[in-house]
Amino acid sequence: MGETTATMKITYREALKQSIRDALHQDERAFLLGEDVGRYGGAFAVSKGLLKEFGPDRIMDVPLSESGFVGAGIGAAVGGMRPIVEVMTINFGLLAFDQIANNAATLLHMSGGQINVPVVIRMGCGIGRQLAAQHSHSWEPLFAHIPGLKVVSVGTHEDARSMLLAALKEPDPVILFEYTAMLNLEGETSTDFQPVDLTHAKIRRVGKDVSIITYGAGVYKSLQAAEALAQAGIGAEVVDLRVLRPLDDKTVMASVSKTHRALIVEEAWQSVSISSEVSARITEQCFYELDAPVRRLGGVEVPIPYPKHLEDGSIPQQEQIVSATKKLLQHD
Amino acid sequence: MIEFRMPSLGADMEAGFLREWKVKPGDLVKRGDIIAEIETQKGIIDIEVFDEGIVGELMIAVDEKVPVGTLMTHILSAEEATADILPAQRKVETKKMAPATAIKQREEEISIQATAHHLRASPLAKKVAAEKGIDLSKITGSGPDGAIIREDVEKAVTDLIAPGPPTEKTAADNIRMAVAAAMSKSNREVPHYYLQSRVDMSHALSWLAETNKQKSVKDRLLPVVLLIKATAKALIDVPDMNAWWDNGLQRKKDIHIGFVVSLRTGGIIVPGIHDAGKKSLDELMKTLNDIIPRARTLRLKSSELADSTITVTNLGEGAVESIFGIIYPPQVALVGFGGITEEPWAENGMLAVRSVLHISLAADHRATDGNTGSQFLAAIKKHLMQPEQL
Amino acid sequence: MTEDEIRPIINKLLKKVAPETEPEKLKPDDNIQQTLAMDSFDYLQFIIGMDEEFGIKTPEEDYGRIMTLRDLLGYVMKIKK
Repeated sequence: MGETTATMKITYREALKQSIRDALHQDERAFLLGEDVGRYGGAFAVSKGLLKEFGPDRIMDVPLSESGFVGAGIGAAVGGMRPIVEVMTINFGLLAFDQIANNAATLLHMSGGQINVPVVIRMGCGIGRQLAAQHSHSWEPLFAHIPGLKVVSVGTHEDARSMLLAALKEPDPVILFEYTAMLNLEGETSTDFQPVDLTHAKIRRVGKDVSIITYGAGVYKSLQAAEALAQAGIGAEVVDLRVLRPLDDKTVMASVSKTHRALIVEEAWQSVSISSEVSARITEQCFYELDAPVRRLGGVEVPIPYPKHLEDGSIPQQEQIVSATKKLLQHD
Repeated sequence: MIEFRMPSLGADMEAGFLREWKVKPGDLVKRGDIIAEIETQKGIIDIEVFDEGIVGELMIAVDEKVPVGTLMTHILSAEEATADILPAQRKVETKKMAPATAIKQREEEISIQATAHHLRASPLAKKVAAEKGIDLSKITGSGPDGAIIREDVEKAVTDLIAPGPPTEKTAADNIRMAVAAAMSKSNREVPHYYLQSRVDMSHALSWLAETNKQKSVKDRLLPVVLLIKATAKALIDVPDMNAWWDNGLQRKKDIHIGFVVSLRTGGIIVPGIHDAGKKSLDELMKTLNDIIPRARTLRLKSSELADSTITVTNLGEGAVESIFGIIYPPQVALVGFGGITEEPWAENGMLAVRSVLHISLAADHRATDGNTGSQFLAAIKKHLMQPEQL
Repeated sequence: MTEDEIRPIINKLLKKVAPETEPEKLKPDDNIQQTLAMDSFDYLQFIIGMDEEFGIKTPEEDYGRIMTLRDLLGYVMKIKK
């Protein structure tokens, strides 16, 4: 400590773009492929301008066939390249699910350890842009279910800036979830390049009374909730899981063993979710540290509605995180 | 069917708070079993049952204030129990219900059972309680649905170490009030008479010193056991002193000697030494070793507070020679032993220095007269002169 | 053993027998039993504790010689020289 690092304001979108630029500069085997990533600049303008900088061999527009181009990415990875596949939104990711679950995740095993698949598949996901039931999915639990994949979630600007670079160093397939609702959100990141790992959950805020365990779009909401809770004298610790598979049990258990209470927040439907898994592990691994039952706050189990107020009501918001935490602490 | 009513734990007691049932309906109990814990001004008292049988319906809820004499439960015979408890269950089983209702009812039964028999405490609270040696059943939970959480256990630990805030009534205050009430009533209603005598303890003390030489430090006898035993034997000689006054003199068959224990925080408590006449000196010492610490920590059984037939007070530790005490009703006598000090002693026309004990008697003039009292003191003296017979 | 070693042990033993008291405030010539309002039963418990702690056997006739703190310290020091 003591040394001050310069910070700069940057949008989540810009942080993602800079990470792709860095990736392409650092490794000549790396290239981006996806629908409209080149001439159009990306469906969400994440890759705007990159075609001009890197040319069509490295910023590659592909036909509208998720199964086809995700498969091509897997093939390129097997062939020695470092493909970054952009799936416009996770909703279309289902069309590539067979490629991911049956090829990317299994080839190392099926080849007796001979064939690694170092592909990175980026998917836009999340709720909050009024895209209705078919375009507002939170499939993180679905992918985190599959052995053979590493599944990570970009919940902060820091991770938006650096996670892709760490993902490209992995020898095995990485599914990287980005949150489209956060693209315009400005945040501070260090101007220095700070590498991140793909192993650990991170304590985003330290607190002594309760652990709020979350990921993705839940991280900033939980941090805001923690700020509000601090006004009420409650010290909430915010744990950003970051890596959804394999889960970093050690960080979670250390936090819960300190605060003795856990609230797990996620946007995905609560049943059979990341929070189900984390809750089970807490009970298995630190039951005798618990001073209250583990609580979960997940998405309402309905197809995500189109109207703004209903859409907002279908996922945990800051106020609900605050009230659930207070209830857990009996602080009403 | 035997009615089990809230016992009186002394003339000064009007009511107590039921803190815990130690039995449930259908439990088999026998004489001497602890049936409940009652909080009184004298601390938490274990209430014993005096009959054998099966516990019936519990008619008092925990933490309810229970006046003396209130019916708390029944002690049933086996036949009565089948008739009394089981029909209620049978009714539930045979009642015709829609399946959904049946399931709901079943769930309710299960959940009620769970609440009744399973202590609600967080895993952490249980862990901390085990580490600190705290009995969770004595703690009120402040967590969800009354569950005990860590904070409650830690509060219990602090309460154990540090006394509560000064605004709250302490156990010492309660005892002070109880003593005040009992002594005022006695002084108001009981016509006391007082007698005093002296006894040469030289022989008894040297006999005791010799006896103690054969014993390890732990088993050594204190002079007070001689005094208690001599009193018990004198009560056999003069049975009118071993009695209660309750619309007339009622002699008591058993000799239970109430022994005054001073609390350093103020107040006294008088646990009973049961069957003092039948106990050897060693057994009496053992009883004192058991009962005094429990009296000091206010953990006595109901019978130890309820059935004493006389009181002995021994102020021999301080500088006093004599005590003129106040009787603890419904008893009719109180024997006071002062300190044993060296005094000039005239005997057979000669003057000598002896270890002398002053014995006093406070007695109820409704029950006995000075002559009986005098015989009683003479009997105590006689027994103290023959320690080897005690 | 020195006085400084014995005194805390004595305090601890007295505190155990009479938890409501403050043995550390005893002055050398105070009568321990009277100052701490201990009865003969308490004092016997204290002597039992002392015998166990120091591994000594205090005969009954010596009880009268250890009524004050000064006497008591001297008594133990003499035995544990």
